[in-house]
Amino acid sequence: MNFPAIWAIYVYEMKRFFRTLMESLLSPVISTSLYFVVFGAAIGSRIDQVEGVTYGAFIVPGLIMLSVMTQAISNASFGIYFPKFIGTIFELLSAPINFLEIVIGYVGAAATKALLIGVIILITAKLFVDIEVMHPGAMIAFLLLTCVSFSLFGFIIGIWSQNFQQLQLIPLLVITPLVFLGGAFYSISMLPPSWQTVTLFNPVVYLISGFRWSFFGVSDVPVVASLIAIGVFTALCLGVIWWIFKTGYRIKS
Amino acid sequence: MREIVKVEGLSKVYAGGFEALKGVDLSICEGEILALLGPNGAGKTTLISALCGITSPTGGSASIGGHDIITGYRAARRLVGLVPQEIALEPFELVINTVRFSRGLFGKRRDDALIEKILRQLSLWDKRNARTRELSDAMKRRVLIAKALCHEPRVLFLDEPTAGVDVELRRDMWKIVEGLRADGVTIILTTHYIEEAEAIADRIAVIDGGRILLTEDKVTLMQQMGRKTLRIDLKEPATAVPDALKAYGVVLSEDGMHLTYTYDTRGEGTGITRLLQALSSEGLALRDIQTTQSSLEEIFVGLIKEGVA
Repeated sequence: MNFPAIWAIYVYEMKRFFRTLMESLLSPVISTSLYFVVFGAAIGSRIDQVEGVTYGAFIVPGLIMLSVMTQAISNASFGIYFPKFIGTIFELLSAPINFLEIVIGYVGAAATKALLIGVIILITAKLFVDIEVMHPGAMIAFLLLTCVSFSLFGFIIGIWSQNFQQLQLIPLLVITPLVFLGGAFYSISMLPPSWQTVTLFNPVVYLISGFRWSFFGVSDVPVVASLIAIGVFTALCLGVIWWIFKTGYRIKS
Repeated sequence: MREIVKVEGLSKVYAGGFEALKGVDLSICEGEILALLGPNGAGKTTLISALCGITSPTGGSASIGGHDIITGYRAARRLVGLVPQEIALEPFELVINTVRFSRGLFGKRRDDALIEKILRQLSLWDKRNARTRELSDAMKRRVLIAKALCHEPRVLFLDEPTAGVDVELRRDMWKIVEGLRADGVTIILTTHYIEEAEAIADRIAVIDGGRILLTEDKVTLMQQMGRKTLRIDLKEPATAVPDALKAYGVVLSEDGMHLTYTYDTRGEGTGITRLLQALSSEGLALRDIQTTQSSLEEIFVGLIKEGVA
């Protein structure tokens, strides 16, 4: 293992994050606060409780997931797309490192940023609603796994993208709908039965459900199913990245 | 001398079908400076990219320091520094950080003393805390050189290092190359500034159409291929080339003040002695004599035209 290289990439990426610290943190905090105002205060005041939890508290795990997923994807995809775009990728390709080390460096940094943002949103949420975490260990585990797997996914998007539009395309067209339809703001049980079945094909449902279980002890799908779903997703992403580096897809001619 | 870079039958066919390298064989000894000369599209950059791991070769093999570039890529690449042709730098990063990053990538521990030394050598020390986008192109190129040197490579690839740079940087470059040569670093330089190859290379390889046309010691190449010109300045203008000199193909200038004789250094005899004898027997008074060697550029152009295989 070329540890100095992993560390060099990690530090370099984290520096980029801290250079734009205000922008990086401000926008998730502001958007979360807006969600609380709209869903928590305005609409939530007319909804009593969802599965024994006040609506304001109920949406917190979903909101954290929404931000963590989009941030993980955008950070990781930009992190690897930018060197491709400006040409500095030649250095990565000519360095004595393998794909795993490159991935650990970039994905590690992107996951760290997503984790930081997740924690900050949780703290922000605490200012709006009274919320307790029932299974803190599980909560951290779900959060970490989501950060890592979606950063891996973002890394793939970054390599696949050939322009800035494509970089935005997947998060916009795929992730946002999946998260919104994945029970971020409602319980699956609130849907008509036929739609409940359709929803089970949405992988994000499993993540949000498991994450919400770690807060309130209630879930739409079994926790084990959530863990398996996130494990399969991570393995799939790793497999695709391994193939990318083996074939040099879109990074090496 | 020990062989440090060995290329055997290396070929590269791009996805579009373009055959950039058609079985390149090349052997480079430790500590030598090899200039890779060739017109645009000859395969210079592709060859370097394949050796450094930026493009995957489609056939043949190559090794650096005895390590195969595919199976032993880690050990091979640790030895290699690359200064690319295109300026590619992270625009928002500080000069010193981007240099440190390169050192880390190559698995080396942070060494601020060494980085200071390199940045000073390249007159970049004052700019160490500048963002790379604030620098001029010439300065950016210096940063690229610093990035390539900061992990102490044993083999340095310079892909058109002085294309479009000012005279000052070119001089600095040559000075740095001299310093590296003293440390025993092997340097492979692509250029189409022949004067550059002529000034600093030990050996010349000419590449065209994806094939190495020739590799030869620079001095030998110039002796073998070189033509020399003898210019004779006369005291009194002559009206015509004297009959005794016509056999030598001597040309008289328009003002009749000097005669030019071109000869080949490869020949057994150059004919100079007989020419001078003929001159004195014609009673011509000489003011000055000078000889000039044809430049590498002329040799190179000649080679490419002939398409020597």
